[in-house]
Amino acid sequence: MFDNFPLWPTAASTGAGNVDALYIFLVALSSFMCAAIFTMIIVFALRYRRRKGVEAEQIEGSTVLEITWSAVPLFIFLFIFVWGAAIYFAERTPPRGATEVYVVAKQWMWKLQHPEGPREINELHVPVGRDVKLIMTSQDVIHSFYVPSFRIKQDVLPGRYTTAWFRAIKPGTYHLFCAEYCGTMHSGMIGQVVVMEPNRYEAWLSGGGTSGSLAANGASMFQQLGCPTCHRSDTQGRGPNLVGVFGKPVHLEDGRTVIADEDYIRESIVAPAAKIVSGFKPIMPVFQGLVSEEQLNALVVYIKSLSPPPSGSAGQPSGLPAGAELQQPKE
Amino acid sequence: MAERETYLNKEYGIRSWLLTTDHKRIALLYLISITFFFFIGGFFALLIRLELLTPAGDLVQADTYNKLFTMHGMVMVFFFLIPSIPAVLGNFLVPLMIGAKDLAFPRINLLSWYLYVIAGIMMLHSIVTGGVDTGWTFYTPFSTAFSNTKVIEAGLAIFVSGFSSILTGLNFVVTIHRMRAPGMTWSRLPLFIWAHYATSIIQLLGTPVIAITLVLVVFERAFNLGIFDPNRGGDPLLFQHLFWFYSHPAVYIMILPSMGVVTEIIPCFTRKRIFGYKFVAASSIGIAVLGFLVWAHHMFVAGISLYSALIFSLLSYLVAVPSAIKVFNWTATMYKGSISFTTPMLYAFGFIGLFTMGGLTGLFLAALGIDVHVTDTYFVIAHFHYIMVGGAVMGYLAGMHFWWPKISGRMYPEWLGKFAALIVFLGFNLTFFPQFLLGYMGMPRRYWQYPPEFQVLNVLSTAGSTILAVGYILPMIYFLWSMRYGEPAPDNPWGASGLEWTTQSPPTTFNFEETPEVTWEAYDYEHIPAPEEVPVER
Repeated sequence: MFDNFPLWPTAASTGAGNVDALYIFLVALSSFMCAAIFTMIIVFALRYRRRKGVEAEQIEGSTVLEITWSAVPLFIFLFIFVWGAAIYFAERTPPRGATEVYVVAKQWMWKLQHPEGPREINELHVPVGRDVKLIMTSQDVIHSFYVPSFRIKQDVLPGRYTTAWFRAIKPGTYHLFCAEYCGTMHSGMIGQVVVMEPNRYEAWLSGGGTSGSLAANGASMFQQLGCPTCHRSDTQGRGPNLVGVFGKPVHLEDGRTVIADEDYIRESIVAPAAKIVSGFKPIMPVFQGLVSEEQLNALVVYIKSLSPPPSGSAGQPSGLPAGAELQQPKE
Repeated sequence: MAERETYLNKEYGIRSWLLTTDHKRIALLYLISITFFFFIGGFFALLIRLELLTPAGDLVQADTYNKLFTMHGMVMVFFFLIPSIPAVLGNFLVPLMIGAKDLAFPRINLLSWYLYVIAGIMMLHSIVTGGVDTGWTFYTPFSTAFSNTKVIEAGLAIFVSGFSSILTGLNFVVTIHRMRAPGMTWSRLPLFIWAHYATSIIQLLGTPVIAITLVLVVFERAFNLGIFDPNRGGDPLLFQHLFWFYSHPAVYIMILPSMGVVTEIIPCFTRKRIFGYKFVAASSIGIAVLGFLVWAHHMFVAGISLYSALIFSLLSYLVAVPSAIKVFNWTATMYKGSISFTTPMLYAFGFIGLFTMGGLTGLFLAALGIDVHVTDTYFVIAHFHYIMVGGAVMGYLAGMHFWWPKISGRMYPEWLGKFAALIVFLGFNLTFFPQFLLGYMGMPRRYWQYPPEFQVLNVLSTAGSTILAVGYILPMIYFLWSMRYGEPAPDNPWGASGLEWTTQSPPTTFNFEETPEVTWEAYDYEHIPAPEEVPVER
């Protein structure tokens, strides 16, 4: 806003303006409340200062006042709650069809994988006007992906995925910070989000090296690791058929039903004994430590791409609110 | 002229202090030890602010900086703020205010102090042998699998300090229930007592949770168990839930006693009973109860479900209501009062102003959509320092000045008191207001180095911290000075209500010559004449 003394960062995403609107309301409300209370105190302090011969008036209280100044703030607070909750609901519900970028955080850098193949470190190039969903995990400790100009922040945890999403509205370069203390170079784990006009973004995309799309990498990993031995594309395999499994309910041996989301796929690779599909035996080898987070991401993307109708690269978005706990929590 | 017998001169010698069971002597033992830790924590804060004068990390190394903010937090929270008012003013005043000779369990009171000292020595040892760098919040798996510092030792130090807190809470609850003088009914209790009662409930119910959580952290780290580390089958969010289940109510342990102090001071210096006694008492209990239901508002971006977040946001707005009630009642008490501007009253004014600002910014943080942007930034740091320092510490200083004549038998120099209060207020605002702006601009917390555009606000903040430091050092000096050269204090220099003011200054060891019988309501200022003038040192 004011160039020399900015009060907030550039609002560079569709959601940023909504956050700022509530912020401005709260600043106005707080200023009003402070002004009201401080003025009253100052007026009372002057008007009722100690003077010889003037006694204080003993007032026990007033139930009417107490109820009023409890109820009115309560209503205002509930109004703020609803407004804040609405913004949060939108923040945590990625739109269908969003491009999915996989993020792996590690001490002390951000590694990003575009579905089309390019990988970046500490930088994320995106086109203006596209919904981008970040599917994130950590290799070590808890980090937090924070882009002040988009007003988004999401902790990135080891052992599971968390998600965030945004749609950038203004070309430019914006800070990316780690916002969860993670050790020595926590304050050095910073980078930038580069928002480009769509045609410049296409140029950037094709300018990179040919590392293959995430799904293609996942497909070749799937072969390399020997997965088709058990996970055949018919019902004869020792493991479940993975075609069409993503996003659907899965019935487990122990009677639970879970939704096959990214966390489920990932866990099935690193800790297969945690959830055994009904009718199958617990014979899948454990891949924990044998595959990196990036390789896991590629496998997840590949398995997502097996869901009909086949779309090739990014696979179907799950359409569920990000982080929705439809799956039973891990034991 | 023979010197009057007081609790201070009844016996001399180090043994009479280290083996005392007199609640007033124990209060002074605590005063010395918490002041010591306040200066250690404050020293770390100054180093942090010095580093943050420039964007580059150029004063200390990154690992050192991470240890500085960690130990600043641990020392200030566990070794200063949580004991402060209850262990010093509470210990001194609770028996006096209810007309008792001592607390219910005087030897357990002494044990509380020794536990605190042992914990303090453990903490100091961990500091001088390398320090801790996990943040005072000990988040896993960093603390259990990645940090190379004295996590176990610091965790155990805090574990021990927790028992000091639990025993103090136990002592107060039993004392308040069982040892009130005849006629001192619940509705005649000073609101300072209500505040300490509510605080003690939180201490009793909450502290065991942090104790066991720290034990689990130590076990995971020492014995390779898998509780919080996903690599060993654990869940990092489990740690956060357990940690915050205590650490949120802990902030109410830190603020409720201060509110109790302010509620004693305002009636005295407006010569009026408090407006809405029942509501103020109920609001203390309300804060204590609701305070246990909001912990996951520290976890809105941690990976909890959207629906959990909604519930905790709603509950957080509920807990704001009783705090607002208190501010309105204090203000209403001033209406048609007869107000004088002594040092304690100036600190009380400062408390109301700064607590109101800090509390209002809590509304920002409880709003889910805003919290996503400002959590883990300097906005949060500013918010809690407004409450902990602008609120709790100013309340503590208000109380120290108000009851100093009773505790020491001396008056502090009033003009210096007012001057220091002003310095604290100005220094505080200059230090912490810029941090709200820094936070909304996006500066994360716990950053050793930062992008250059954040420098101007950081420089302002550091400048403020040097002024604030002066404001804190001054009372240390003049309180010590007053013990020898201060004007001898009368029994009731302020013309205050409350049984403590009916004893001599300082009191005798057993407080009252005879058990008082109470036949009047609290804050009976209608029948207590104002002092002709406040006694002023030269």
